[in-house]
Amino acid sequence: MPWSRIIFTVLFIASIGLFLFNVYRLIAMLCLGRWENRFDHLLARLKGVLLFVFGQKRVVRRAFGVNHFFIFWGFMILLGMNSEFLIQGVFPEFSLRFLGRVPYGALLFATDIMSVVVLAAVALAVMRRIAFRPKYIEASRDAFLILGLIAMLMVAYFGVHAAEIALGETDMGGWMPVSGALAGAFATSTPEKIHRSLNASWWVHALALLAFLNYLPYSKHLHVLTAIPNVFFRRIDPVSVPPRLKFELGQDFGVSKVTQFTWKQLLDFMACTECGRCEDSCPAHGTGKDLSPKEMVHRGKLNLFINGGSLLNSRPIDTLAGAPREASMVKPLIDGTAESIPEKDVWSCATCGVCMEECPVFIEHAPKTLEMRRHLVMEKAEFPEELLSLFNNMEQRFNPWGIAPTDRAKWAQDLDIHIVKEDAPADYLFFVGCSGAYDSRARGIALAMAKILDRAGLSWGILGTEEKCCGDSLRRLGNEYVFDQIAQANVAQFKKLGITKVVTHCPHCYTTLKNDYRAYGAEFEVIHHSELIERLIAEGKLPVHARANGRVVYHDSCYLGRHNGLYDAPRHCVEAVSGQAPAEMERSHGRAFCCGAGGGRMWLEETEGKRINIDRTEQALKQNPAAIASACPFCMTMLEDGLKDLGKDGDVKVKDIAELVADAIE
Amino acid sequence: MHIVVCVKMVPDTTLVQIDPKTNTLVREGVPFITNPFDTHAVEEALRLKDRYGGKVTALSMGPPAAEMVLRRALALGADEAVLLSDRAFGGADTLATSKVLSEAIRRIHENEPVDLVFCGLQTIDGDTAQVGPGVACRLGFTQLTLVDHIYEVNQRESYIEVRRKLEGAFERVQARMPALITTTREINTPRYPTVPGRLQAASRALPVWSNDVMKLERAEIGLQGSPTNVRRIFAPQREKGEIINGLNGAHLTAADCMLNKLYEWDILNAD
Repeated sequence: MPWSRIIFTVLFIASIGLFLFNVYRLIAMLCLGRWENRFDHLLARLKGVLLFVFGQKRVVRRAFGVNHFFIFWGFMILLGMNSEFLIQGVFPEFSLRFLGRVPYGALLFATDIMSVVVLAAVALAVMRRIAFRPKYIEASRDAFLILGLIAMLMVAYFGVHAAEIALGETDMGGWMPVSGALAGAFATSTPEKIHRSLNASWWVHALALLAFLNYLPYSKHLHVLTAIPNVFFRRIDPVSVPPRLKFELGQDFGVSKVTQFTWKQLLDFMACTECGRCEDSCPAHGTGKDLSPKEMVHRGKLNLFINGGSLLNSRPIDTLAGAPREASMVKPLIDGTAESIPEKDVWSCATCGVCMEECPVFIEHAPKTLEMRRHLVMEKAEFPEELLSLFNNMEQRFNPWGIAPTDRAKWAQDLDIHIVKEDAPADYLFFVGCSGAYDSRARGIALAMAKILDRAGLSWGILGTEEKCCGDSLRRLGNEYVFDQIAQANVAQFKKLGITKVVTHCPHCYTTLKNDYRAYGAEFEVIHHSELIERLIAEGKLPVHARANGRVVYHDSCYLGRHNGLYDAPRHCVEAVSGQAPAEMERSHGRAFCCGAGGGRMWLEETEGKRINIDRTEQALKQNPAAIASACPFCMTMLEDGLKDLGKDGDVKVKDIAELVADAIE
Repeated sequence: MHIVVCVKMVPDTTLVQIDPKTNTLVREGVPFITNPFDTHAVEEALRLKDRYGGKVTALSMGPPAAEMVLRRALALGADEAVLLSDRAFGGADTLATSKVLSEAIRRIHENEPVDLVFCGLQTIDGDTAQVGPGVACRLGFTQLTLVDHIYEVNQRESYIEVRRKLEGAFERVQARMPALITTTREINTPRYPTVPGRLQAASRALPVWSNDVMKLERAEIGLQGSPTNVRRIFAPQREKGEIINGLNGAHLTAADCMLNKLYEWDILNAD
């Protein structure tokens, strides 16, 4: 056996060994996390892999993603020939020729062509990082190193095959047009020289391949290994509902150590490609706040690797999982250091969910933020001071402002509205919500709803002073303990009253009653007012007349749109009363920009950077609207404040879709 | 250092409304809360414990349901809690209340000497501000009312230095311990309970001292021991002034009405 083959065999075995060891370490680290079942809906999961991995559906949403599409498919095709290459290094007789001459030739042909494509794509990627780099992409050494390695692989590939063709060592030359053309370069060389060149190219290719294999686990290109499982294990339910907690002594609440995340949340950290799309679309980051979903995930990964590494090293070797729960962490998760997440950033998130919508590999950012909030609120009682009165008000008076519960039905005192009681039921319960009941502006929406429900001739009623806040803000802010009490009380009350259909004009009430209360045994149907109004108009039950409302631009509420997929119903309502489809902002539907009030941010000061609501209002004003239509009382407050700050509240009005419709009723 | 803090369960009086017909307080359905002034007393006791170490005992007189305010204090970090509850204590005015509370503190003191007692300045249902001073007198403790800042507790020389918030002035005083302090609302911002704290507090057994334990004369306590007699509760009549209703979209009419009045009274000039 020639020396070179012995050297390669040793290197090959060592590399594969190291690679497998690295993979084992990664899996062992995942097992440090808590259990979570992501093995259901296998068919849907496989479909997702086909669509989002092999189809690269989310990757190609952005133009430059096409470049990645080609690199990805280049890799897929090159996998065959590279395997053959590695095996040949140890067993020179081995060849994929057994596939048959034509299939083998086709594989050679595809590899030859794809190598050029990949080389071009890599060149473009390098150019992008040097010449036209978007803000959210980093021109890191890591990126150049890996792009360089890929380029080196391709060049060496051609070196090997061109030399082989020039030497006449292969009868498949005809299947490799690019290598064949390059072989011409050897026309004047002696066979000895070509041999030396072949040898050199072969070793470059071999070493680059083995280096690539083992550099992967240490770089952002770990995603080559983790993205596919991350897409497979993605959240299938479109709505992200936090798990219900059990309040028992000895439990820990929320996450302060990276190993308190579930294994899937840890896999998220490993799957990040640092493409930066989350950061680019994040309203907090876009308005000058330090929070970046990308940075958060990156820091989570660093934290996992530091703590996971030390845990694995200090643990008996015979168990894959099972690091002690009380294990001390080398690095705390929530802290100001480079491998931790700053506490301030945990509070900057509006849980709008655009990061999750944008992520090509389905990383779930917001649930992690929520777990950290849960820890800060419930274990440490550490939170921005504005929240103290909110939490106390919610617990004592069941509304965020601490207004007397006896005042909850004051908005309806001059109207003859039915109060739903055990012995006085109604088909529809209109859940007014705190804004509609107490906020002087949002009371207008409640009044419009009352008019609409009456004119449609529906049997409906309210809970009056017996209504309590739904608890949305509590839950998004991590105060699960008080949320739990409110949710239990509300579900019990609804059950006692035999309520089957609930209408609400607030997307926060909507998502909480509909999705979050399911874990509390809620079985009633929850309808957003946009859905109900859309249906009533379509069925001809509301005598509306389209009027010239001027140009109306529609703003998507995050919890209505992104979290619950309701994009069309509110638009149809606007269309029915203004005679034309609403104007769209540059960012709408799935990419819509938050108003800044979600995730409990409604109750927090916003001192860092520009205010999100001002930014969003400016985006709306770019469409020169006469009115901004919203379908959420929080969005309404934020946009009206934005207009006031910009001095435009005299020119442009914010109207809830219910108000537009009520105005159009004859 | 051993600190006793007195807390009271009160109806959330900001929610109490007046029945326009009978002119009496409608207490029905009004939730009970910890007297807001007392939440600051608890907080200050806990802050001193955080600063100097020691132990905080929460004390309350009230019906069995009043254990909720004690459990809240425990959840926030108090070490012990005692509920003084007996039908015989019921109907007490500030005199009878002071007697029961001071007797309880005396008993606690015998067992484990007390350095400081904290009370809220006053309660939101009675608003007398008499119980704190009454307890201090009966115990013979130094009386420091209206405290809005504590500079120092010197345990070796057994004195405390505080600031009292008087009308138009602050008073910085040094006083011998044991002392009783009544706190204003400006003294601090109360902390929020952690969930493990709440769960722990909820699972603890709470000692209840009835008069069998306290052994006070029946004539000294409860209704019998209360010289104060409430004859009638009523809302003051509005003799002057008028409320212009601007709710439910009537804001424009309200503004018009307001403007007309201002013209009428020559405060504004129509020209």
